[in-house]
Amino acid sequence: MNPATQTETREQTLARLRKLAQGFRVDIIEMLEKAASGHPGGSLSVIDLVTALYFQQMRHDPKNPAWPERDRFILSKGHAVPAQYAALAGAGYFPREKLSTLRRLGGLQGHPVNTLTPGIEACTGSLGQGLSIAQGLAMASKADGDKFRVYCVIGDGEMQEGQIWEAALSAAKYQLDNLVCVLDYNKGQIDGYVKDVMPLEPIADKWRAFNWHVIEIDGHDFGQILDAFDEARRTKGKPTFILANTVKGKAVSFMEDRIEWHGAAPSKEQAQKAIEEIKQS
Amino acid sequence: MTAKATRQVFGETIAKLGETHPEIVVLDADLSKSTKSDLFAKKFPDRFFEMGIQEANMIGVAAGMAGAGRIPFICSFACFIAGRFDQIRLSLAYGNANVRIVGSHAGVGIGEDGYSQQGLEDIACMRSLANMAVIQPGDDLECAGAIEYLLTHQGPAFLRTTRQSLERVNAEGYQFQFGKAVQLREGADVAIFATGGTVQGAVRAHEALKASGIHARVVNVHTLKPFDAEAAIKAGRECKGGILTVEDHQIIGGLGSAVAEALAEGGVGARLHRVGIEGFGESGTPEELYRHFQLDAAGIEQRVRRFLG
Ligand SMILES: Cc1ncc(C[n+]2csc(CCOP(=O)(O)OP(=O)(O)O)c2C)c(N)n1
Repeated sequence: MNPATQTETREQTLARLRKLAQGFRVDIIEMLEKAASGHPGGSLSVIDLVTALYFQQMRHDPKNPAWPERDRFILSKGHAVPAQYAALAGAGYFPREKLSTLRRLGGLQGHPVNTLTPGIEACTGSLGQGLSIAQGLAMASKADGDKFRVYCVIGDGEMQEGQIWEAALSAAKYQLDNLVCVLDYNKGQIDGYVKDVMPLEPIADKWRAFNWHVIEIDGHDFGQILDAFDEARRTKGKPTFILANTVKGKAVSFMEDRIEWHGAAPSKEQAQKAIEEIKQS
Repeated sequence: MTAKATRQVFGETIAKLGETHPEIVVLDADLSKSTKSDLFAKKFPDRFFEMGIQEANMIGVAAGMAGAGRIPFICSFACFIAGRFDQIRLSLAYGNANVRIVGSHAGVGIGEDGYSQQGLEDIACMRSLANMAVIQPGDDLECAGAIEYLLTHQGPAFLRTTRQSLERVNAEGYQFQFGKAVQLREGADVAIFATGGTVQGAVRAHEALKASGIHARVVNVHTLKPFDAEAAIKAGRECKGGILTVEDHQIIGGLGSAVAEALAEGGVGARLHRVGIEGFGESGTPEELYRHFQLDAAGIEQRVRRFLG
């Protein structure tokens, strides 16, 4: 839960979120450098969205991760889990020291595992599966009197999986206005740019045709992110799809929009340079 | 000693064979740099199809292409592609389509990514399908030989490759023989049956055991299906201490199960111990994980000693 938010002005809120995200970006780089493997591009593109969820939007209690009425967040593009770990540690789900165990034997897993890490709601890492789980949570929540909302982040490459479209179709059937699917639209995947690998456009039209309420935003602008989540809350009878335009590797110049930084860890020197840039951003 | 990842060998071999076999087409699901199908893609852009992250569709598309005379090699991580079981079951196995499934990143040998990316049930799934051949090469020579063989094979086949380098265990001039296990080291005190990423450790364990007077037969099972039951029955009869199987895969449904089935049906009452993954994989360096799950030479040696009592 976010007690701070009650007394803040909007400007203060936005400044607070920006500062948090900046710190989490540093965490991401440090984690990946230490682990010597992992996925910086998609972690840096999604971290602003994740920060807004955990530190403004969602009702949750880090001291009670099993609280039945907590809002749920599912990172369907599970390879970006360093972003989620940074936010979970920042929120107090586990000690920050744990971040340095990323990808080590017995440490934080390379992809999200709900049975091992507090705050994680599902196992993801095989792309395409998270939105269906989110849908199921949303259906159960509705049946229980709309006790909680459900947020799911998917990748653009991930949107090529057929299962995403099955969930899109059926979430609309059940009029899940407690479900928000956010697309981290960073335009890159592994083998190249999305437009070359398997074009997706027109994305907004597709989701609209599937009977979702569609909102397009800049996924690095906290004002737009918060407004979109509020609009989703006010939308009745339909699930909401937030098309968040993002930059893969955001805030690190040599990673931004570079496909080769999808799944490569920075060296010590690169990490230092990246952290300096993040601190300037 | 030569060491190479079998995924790399796949990429190089298929790119070479592409020159003489216009019927080869290669499809990948956004992992071409990892499965190494990119080596073919660069050379034959017109016969390479980037399907995006849609493994299920790729399987069906390959079945269609096979129906029009192509030999499609479809590539992804073993867990993701074998995970689309029903598509494989019906479109490839039942339809007896000439499609080669190339599942890379076998087992915990991939390391840090953790269980979600580690193919650990793929052999079990693929073995259970009628018509489906299952091959897991133990070194570079075997991998190249297996791929050449697959150009003449009739029906669907699954080829499992590793992310990590494998030391060469076969001699220069090695000839791949489909369905035939390869005895790499002689011995009659105990037999070690290994496959893929664990073969090199089994060979090293043989040397370490020999130093203390234990003679372990080492059998490399590159073809898991059809399985060389004779090799297991023979080892069960001849090796006093029994058979230890070791695989970077669940112990259920893979090599250990194949050996157990052969021994039981062959009426051989040999002792059997299965080493592999029980439960889930996890994150760690490849070396750490091979040590942890006792799939490396030291682990295999220790398990053999314990098995012999
Ligand atoms: C089913 C499945 N197929 C393949 C992969 C391998 N893989 C991991 S990340 C990735 C690219 C993801 O692209 P995108 O969804 O756009 O993520 P982002 O660019 O935001 O990191 C792929 C193909 C996977 N994890 N799951």
